[in-house]
Amino acid sequence: MTPKRKKRVMLIVLMLAGVAIAAAFAMQAFNENLMFFYTPSEVVSGDAPTGHMIRVGGLVTEGSVQRQSDGLTVKFDVTDNDKTVTIQYTGILPDLFREGQGIVAHGRLQQDQLFVAEEVLAKHDENYMPPEVADALKATHDKAVGGSTKKVN
Amino acid sequence: MIPELGNFALILALCLAVVLATVPMIGSLNNTPGWVALARPAALGQFTFLLISFACLVNAFLVNDFSVLYVAQHGNTQLPLIYKISAVWGAHEGSLLLWALILGTWTVAVSLFSRKLPAEVLARVLSVMGMVSIGFLCFMLFTSNPFERIYPAPLEGGDLNPLLQDFGLAIHPPMLYMGYVGLSVAFSFAIAALIGGKLDAAWARWSRPWTLIAWVFLTIGITLGSWWAYYELGWGGWWFWDPVENASFMPWLVATALIHSLAVTEKRGAFKRWTVLLALLAFSLSLLGTFLVRSGVLTSVHSFAADPARGLFILVFLCIVIGGSLMLYAWRAPDVSSGGKFDMFCRETLLLGNNVLLVVITAFILLGTLAPLIYEAMGWGKISVGFPWFTAMFVIFTPFLVILMGMGPLARWKKQHPGDLARQLRMALLVSIGGGVLLALPLFHGGSIWVGLAVALSLWIVSSLVLSLRQRFRYRKGLAGILKDFGARGSGSYYGMVIAHLGVAFFIIGVTLVTQFDVEQDIRMSPGQTVELAGHTFRFEGARAVKGPNYRADQGTIRVFNQDGQEVAILRPEKRTYTVQTRPMTEAGIDAGFMRDIYVSLGETLGNGDWSLRLYYKPFVRWIWLGGLLIGLGGLLAAVDRRYRMATERKTVATPSATEQLATGSRSG
Repeated sequence: MTPKRKKRVMLIVLMLAGVAIAAAFAMQAFNENLMFFYTPSEVVSGDAPTGHMIRVGGLVTEGSVQRQSDGLTVKFDVTDNDKTVTIQYTGILPDLFREGQGIVAHGRLQQDQLFVAEEVLAKHDENYMPPEVADALKATHDKAVGGSTKKVN
Repeated sequence: MIPELGNFALILALCLAVVLATVPMIGSLNNTPGWVALARPAALGQFTFLLISFACLVNAFLVNDFSVLYVAQHGNTQLPLIYKISAVWGAHEGSLLLWALILGTWTVAVSLFSRKLPAEVLARVLSVMGMVSIGFLCFMLFTSNPFERIYPAPLEGGDLNPLLQDFGLAIHPPMLYMGYVGLSVAFSFAIAALIGGKLDAAWARWSRPWTLIAWVFLTIGITLGSWWAYYELGWGGWWFWDPVENASFMPWLVATALIHSLAVTEKRGAFKRWTVLLALLAFSLSLLGTFLVRSGVLTSVHSFAADPARGLFILVFLCIVIGGSLMLYAWRAPDVSSGGKFDMFCRETLLLGNNVLLVVITAFILLGTLAPLIYEAMGWGKISVGFPWFTAMFVIFTPFLVILMGMGPLARWKKQHPGDLARQLRMALLVSIGGGVLLALPLFHGGSIWVGLAVALSLWIVSSLVLSLRQRFRYRKGLAGILKDFGARGSGSYYGMVIAHLGVAFFIIGVTLVTQFDVEQDIRMSPGQTVELAGHTFRFEGARAVKGPNYRADQGTIRVFNQDGQEVAILRPEKRTYTVQTRPMTEAGIDAGFMRDIYVSLGETLGNGDWSLRLYYKPFVRWIWLGGLLIGLGGLLAAVDRRYRMATERKTVATPSATEQLATGSRSG
């Protein structure tokens, strides 16, 4: 191996090492930032971890939305038509948040089964159902709601 | 009748695409000049029929022809004129037609502006573009025909999604598509070169301006999209790492690597295989972007459809294009000569570093974007990857990219003594570290290490650019010499590089300051109530009902005063309800400024005239888009460089003459 070639191999090795280290850190960060989705039934049965960032989704139960006295904190129930979880959120809800609408919330589950959301997502299209919510509804076999109400447009 | 005409024109366009994809290609392989010559007229014909077809769809929207399903779904008689036109690409079928039309436009543009290209090379390039066109036209005709009829025709259309009734969105998709589809030119040049087996500096010189123009469109399109999301979605965010944003960002990153690597191939004849691979990758990622958007496999605000047939079609198409091109690459690339030799440390290696970093960032974003799909397919559960991860990935690698960005323009091609470069750059190093440390001190806004880093990186870019300019001007005598240099050949690339890199400096400052120092408050306010935020006093004057052309709205009035009690802005955010789709929409009230934006959104009415409001103070947020525009402008300057229009095109390996190398060769490009 000529010295020049040796140098070049060294350069490549250094580059690969750099990329490998970066990848290792990236993968660790990746695992920390994964947010798993749980249906209300899974939350109630205790499958969902408490204290971790997770996502919970379902239909907002009719008549469950309660505004607290400060005017900004809201409590509401989401359901997969089987079990129900209460979600608490402080802030302005998205435009398309409505009772009966499918939503997904990011947040942490407390010990007392209250889900404190940091973010509530209702999609920008009223025909659109978050796929997780659609699947959760399908899983409960509730035909009245029609799990895949996605209208193709 | 007219929609049928449009449909028929679409079919004819497909026929011509088939001709374009086959005849000239075969002709170029068995030396039949007559067949090769068919490329230009076929491209022109395809474009003409696509244009007719597109015009027919526009017409259907303008005359409210609700017997066409697509128009019935997305058109409306009350829609203002401009949105009747933009509604054409407001949803799946029409945006595909726009895609195809733009592809046709690029094909014709290549056939018109590449007269210096050898006929058989041009024929191959156009043929490959024709193949891509076949894929999209078939997709449209078989799975998503925009001219499909509905019987009986409804009296009124379903209206365009209110979010899309906005000027920004009228121009954002065409810009983005110009970029996406424009990368097909670089792709086709690469495929043609692989088929012909002739990969040299001339090839790089031909495909470089095309790649640059596509990249400029992509840059502007992404910038516009970010700006649109900021003011239209009503929540003050300018980038969400949404799958579809990623889908446009990944081709941009790879195309950025590609234009840098093309520079090396053009100037030095090196990196040939790598450049070709990047060209294939960039277009593959834009196809993947289309796949992500159109198939609706990923949860996103942008997904139009969730029809499995469409998803399957695009998936198969994607496999053919990506798999086919990579197979061709694997077969032909080993024959490509390795080209210009270079030392361990020189501009080539710095640019290689840039390429590696950009590709690594792309790979991580791709991983994060596809991870939910992979997890679900493997049965590992339903996940989503948090926003912070993408941001972290970007923030980890960007500083290294910026360090290289400062060194690259000053380094020499082929061989650079590291000590010399360090000596040249020591002033820049001093300025940037000094400035960074100063701003990280608690004197300013309580001190932030991130702001210090951002300032240091931006100063590093700016000061190294100043050094580079000084070095360039040393060889130009006086002001007249400098002015003359602006029009010289090769200077478009150089000054384009300066402006684009300056744009990156602006972008870094904007992103960092707005993420570090923006202030946000959700609050309940009664009419007449005031609140302090970021040195400003906001007074809510109440809300009243107003009426728009096709919506009703509650319009709030917020007066903003500075510390001296002077009024700086009256903001009128709205909560709109569109009459047809009856969905509420937040229209933010924004007072824009070079140094800061004040941004107010109406939440919901809480009774007694009270409203929940969201107030923002966003310092330097405009710098993000200013940076994006500068980057685009730089690319444009580079694309119109005189040397691409020189009559005496050199078709052999470009080795700049000795004097030229002394003057510009070591710095331009």
